Amino acid sequence: MRLKRLLETSTFRLALIYLALFGVSALALLGFLYVATAGVLERQTAETIQAEITGLAEQYRAQGLVRLRQVIERRSAAHPQRASVYLLTDPAGRPMAGNLDRWPEADPGPDGWLTFTVEVQVEGDGVERRRARAATFGLTGGFRLLVGREVEDRLQIQSLIKQGIGWGLALTLLLGLAGGFLMSRGMLHRVDAINRLTRQIMAGELGQRIALSGTRDEFDQLAANLNAMLDQIERLLQGMRQVTDNVAHDLRTPLNRLRTRLEIALLADPEPAEWRALLEETLADAEKMIGTFNALLEIARAEAGSDRTAFGPVALAALTRDLAELYAPLAEDREIAFACACPPGIEVQANRHLLAQALANLLDNAIKYTPSGGAVRLSVENGAPGPAITVADTGPGVPANERERVLERFVRLDATRSTSGNGLGLSLVQAVARLHGARLVLDDNHPGLAVRLEFPAAAAAAPQPVAA
Amino acid sequence: MANLSYIRVMRALIIEDDAEAAEYLAKGLRESGHAAEVVGDGRDGLLHAATGRFDVLIVDRMLPGLDGLSLVHHLRATGQTTPVLFLSALGEVDDRVKGLRAGGDDYLVKPYAFSELLARVENLARRRTTTPVATKLAFADLELDLLSRKVTRAGRAIDLQPREFQLLEVLLRHPGQVMTRTMLLETVWDYHFDPQTNVIDVHISRLRQKIDRGFDVPLIQTVRGAGYCLRAPEASA
Repeated sequence: MRLKRLLETSTFRLALIYLALFGVSALALLGFLYVATAGVLERQTAETIQAEITGLAEQYRAQGLVRLRQVIERRSAAHPQRASVYLLTDPAGRPMAGNLDRWPEADPGPDGWLTFTVEVQVEGDGVERRRARAATFGLTGGFRLLVGREVEDRLQIQSLIKQGIGWGLALTLLLGLAGGFLMSRGMLHRVDAINRLTRQIMAGELGQRIALSGTRDEFDQLAANLNAMLDQIERLLQGMRQVTDNVAHDLRTPLNRLRTRLEIALLADPEPAEWRALLEETLADAEKMIGTFNALLEIARAEAGSDRTAFGPVALAALTRDLAELYAPLAEDREIAFACACPPGIEVQANRHLLAQALANLLDNAIKYTPSGGAVRLSVENGAPGPAITVADTGPGVPANERERVLERFVRLDATRSTSGNGLGLSLVQAVARLHGARLVLDDNHPGLAVRLEFPAAAAAAPQPVAA
Repeated sequence: MANLSYIRVMRALIIEDDAEAAEYLAKGLRESGHAAEVVGDGRDGLLHAATGRFDVLIVDRMLPGLDGLSLVHHLRATGQTTPVLFLSALGEVDDRVKGLRAGGDDYLVKPYAFSELLARVENLARRRTTTPVATKLAFADLELDLLSRKVTRAGRAIDLQPREFQLLEVLLRHPGQVMTRTMLLETVWDYHFDPQTNVIDVHISRLRQKIDRGFDVPLIQTVRGAGYCLRAPEASA
């Protein structure tokens, strides 16, 4: 089973493909080597023999049998070791000249050549049988001529080369297979580790992380990325859980109040006027809950980023002037000094409605939390990298260690949730900031809070045509 | 000055496939003194609407048979100009633009307050009957000149900020009708969101100080739970 899995791995399949390619190229290389060595030797021998036999035949034609016999005798004498073999026979097959005793008993090959063994005197008194190859030539009158060479050494070299090639190929295949096997096993081992872990995580052990081997190879990179993804998912899940808890709390409380009020009213059997007041209170509660839902939906929409199509150039001077004009009377009523400063000519690519709503939320908050006699200031600077909109107040501010947290949904510094508001205002601002690629920064205003929306440099670029 | 036009009974056609919601809506409209019919299907809705018997159409965007946008598109193609209020669960700016482009006159996102819907459909139904090319708007002893941008009450000049002038103009164009806070924010400031604080109330109270202070009869009335209305008390009507 384990072996089967191993053979099914992509690494093993890759190793096999590689092995096949490598084997074919090795075979081609060795084949060339063989032709270039053994083949050349063989051709050379054949050519010399052919040349010699042709030369002898010409001498026979020109000067007759006697002369031929003399030449063969002389050449045979020069090769007592039978490195070259010669034989001339008469029409009856009897030897007339040469260093062979008789015509070899071998059938000619398809090329007309004979392969046979000769006995060779070696040093000392020994006799050795060696293979030889010879060409034959029929002369007029039934005489026959044979010229050959002893090729034992060459044949042995040839067979050695063949063996070498064979072993080489076998070894290549064996090593390749073993290597592929080992490699697949290593890969499978690491992939299995990741698979096991992901199954554990899916089974609910969300805190598990993949161990890194420390080699910074591609598996480590993959594992690091998977771990980062798991961290992100865990964070999101935690956020979701937090939101769900808060939604439950924020909706359960008014729902419960609503139910209790209705129950008690049914028990008490109130006067018509009281019924009316009761219904009005109930309606107010319902409206508050719907408001919470709508705010959540708006945040979700801004976070989904689907409002991108409604982007266009927005002149910040006009936008802030409008908002200042909308909020100034409210501030004045609460005896808060309200100021707005925006140099002309600053534009950002934005969804005007969402941006206005985000700024309105910030102004709502600023005015809500600033005591009378305080000040709220809405300002725009063309800073680096891009434009920044700031809403600053002189209220109680937000402690530095809470500034991250107040951006989360439903988080309110007032733990009892007794002041009005649903704790979603800054979350929407945060979502809108993200949609615009802007950074939301909470800062100390000494005293009070300064909330800044810092747009990226690109957002301030020249107005682009935007599909409406 | 008798403003009979706004007491007139309005006939509304509700095209909405959620039968329960549609019935509540119809009941609410009838309680408010109007007539209402309910159709639950897009095709039937188009047939009914094409008769021209109605003063206002309340059209859900998601309908079986024929969706709301196509319904209004077809209706407009036949030359029928009955005002249309879209109801939708889709609240993105883009959706609103699509609705208005298809020939809708107003757009309301679910869930909505009935008072908001009532104010908007009354506004739409009445829009047909007013002549928009007046250069002077008047209500009781209050007069607003659109050309010279001057406002007088009982002949006395009242000095208004530009936004206050716009606010009063909107109220004067809908005498006797409830204008909700969101409607005012939409028409005067062109913002489509719910402010968390009472910004609009503050603006109204300033306007009110300027035009009602020193006069026996207050003209800008607060309609509880709904909005504001330019209405003279019965005695002076």
